[in-house]
Amino acid sequence: MGMTMAEKIIAAAANVETVKPGDIHTVELDRLMSNDGTTHLTIDMYHQLQNPHIADVNKLVWIMDHNVPCDSVKTAASHKKMRDFAREHNIKFYEGAGVCHQVMMENHVTSGELIFGADSHTCAYGAVGAFGTGVGCTDYLYAMVTGKSWLLVPETLRFELTGKLKDGVYARDLILSIIGMIGANGANYMAMEFGGEGLQTLCMSDRIAICNLCVEAGAKTALMDVDEITLTYLKEHGREPKHIFKSDEDAQFAKVYEIDLSTINPIVAKPHFVDSVVDAKECIGIHIDEAFLGSCNNGRIEDLRVGADLIRGKKVHPLVRFLVVPASAEVYKQALVEGIIDTFMEAGAIVMNPNCSVCWGSCQGVIGENEVLISTGTRNFKGRAGHKDSFVYLANAATVTASAIKGEITTADQIA
Amino acid sequence: MGKIFKFGQDVDTDQIIASQYIIYPTIDEMKVHTFESLDSDFAANVQPGDYVVASENFGCGSSREQAPSVLKALGVKAVVAKSFARIFYRNAINIGLPVIVCKELHDNVQTGEEMELFMQEGVVRVNDKEYECTRLPEYMQGILDQGGLIASLNKEEEK
Repeated sequence: MGMTMAEKIIAAAANVETVKPGDIHTVELDRLMSNDGTTHLTIDMYHQLQNPHIADVNKLVWIMDHNVPCDSVKTAASHKKMRDFAREHNIKFYEGAGVCHQVMMENHVTSGELIFGADSHTCAYGAVGAFGTGVGCTDYLYAMVTGKSWLLVPETLRFELTGKLKDGVYARDLILSIIGMIGANGANYMAMEFGGEGLQTLCMSDRIAICNLCVEAGAKTALMDVDEITLTYLKEHGREPKHIFKSDEDAQFAKVYEIDLSTINPIVAKPHFVDSVVDAKECIGIHIDEAFLGSCNNGRIEDLRVGADLIRGKKVHPLVRFLVVPASAEVYKQALVEGIIDTFMEAGAIVMNPNCSVCWGSCQGVIGENEVLISTGTRNFKGRAGHKDSFVYLANAATVTASAIKGEITTADQIA
Repeated sequence: MGKIFKFGQDVDTDQIIASQYIIYPTIDEMKVHTFESLDSDFAANVQPGDYVVASENFGCGSSREQAPSVLKALGVKAVVAKSFARIFYRNAINIGLPVIVCKELHDNVQTGEEMELFMQEGVVRVNDKEYECTRLPEYMQGILDQGGLIASLNKEEEK
């Protein structure tokens, strides 16, 4: 019987011929990413081990991104612990470079790898056909010490894409539509695999945005077929695939969905669940206090271009704070070259350094009691962006920017 | 016997422990904020040996291990839910917090009721009624029995 991409990557990492869903295997990991959300706890546990050591320091990448720059004395203590440990052990370390997943995509991830990241959105790496999955700090520590871990082989949902997204519709609308369709636990414990001719119409930025959000349907990982677009992206970033895996013709999928991209419309996910999705038009007129364009989901140059094209020559509404946060220093520099930062500044936006920002509600930009945020971030859980009694609507870069101009939720086509 | 604290469906890790607390230096400093947005008295009222009972998809969202860790630090004996989100489930087992799937329990019990868990038998008892639970795969039960993944790692190192 044939195997899916996820099964093939696990089989290779476990050094066995075949695997099937439900099997538990010991696997060798290619890469281990950790950020400042949990690394301080990993280090504390490391020091309590009977025999603390690192299996292969070259596999480790540590990225400061959640609270950068540091916002309090308590955070400073956690940051210092991480920074000092990384220096002492010669761990590859980034600070100020951007949001961890974007930094990983720009510098490290390649096709066929099996990667643990101490962050749930690690599934983003499937955009280049790598098996990335989010873990906690105990799992991370075990893998750091042994180079290995255990994995339960997931079932796979296959998404066969056809057609092309309409103008004004983005990858984010596609993945929010899928999450709305299958639900917040619709892919729990499963892999979500994407392919088909429609995939060819999606650039790497789109692909990262789609894979990144799959965890919001509960997925263990997301994987996309590797094609010329993938190989060009890797080459441009100085990397080669480790291995190109493709699901067999007779692979067993738990379910196959066929999605015509041309049927997708701009979507808004309403508070407080990512699967609470509606046509963006249904939210027109809802009051907002803040708008956020950024995050590992939608803070790439393609997203900033969408926002800049809309707001050029216009102003942010006087009652709205519009935060623009490039996902990485590379994105920021490109935006400077293209005049995009100028455009946002002229319009009255607050342009911030690359970091997770208000997407995770613990650094600059948090919202207060009863305030409303429209965001290209990853989540809209209760209190996610600040006060426990506040509200987050998720939307694409165009809807967020249009809303920042209008002072209430609106879609790009409503902005003259 | 322990008291039940009942929650609904899709309880995400931000509700269990919010982002602004997870970067605090220690779990003990975080734990007083457990479930703050859903039940601000939870951390003050929960006693060691009590249980959290939830509906579907408990622990969805971020990979923060602080979520099961604060529950364990407060003395929660087990979380019994209709289903769990994957990362929370795995993290809980790794730190030695029992997570038990029971489809029927949630709809039939209330906060404050007394519950007893018989883990070996895979049964919980509330109000003299017994509810059957799904057993963990042997591999995961093994990690739990050893007190979590780090305890098992220390044992492996001893060999």
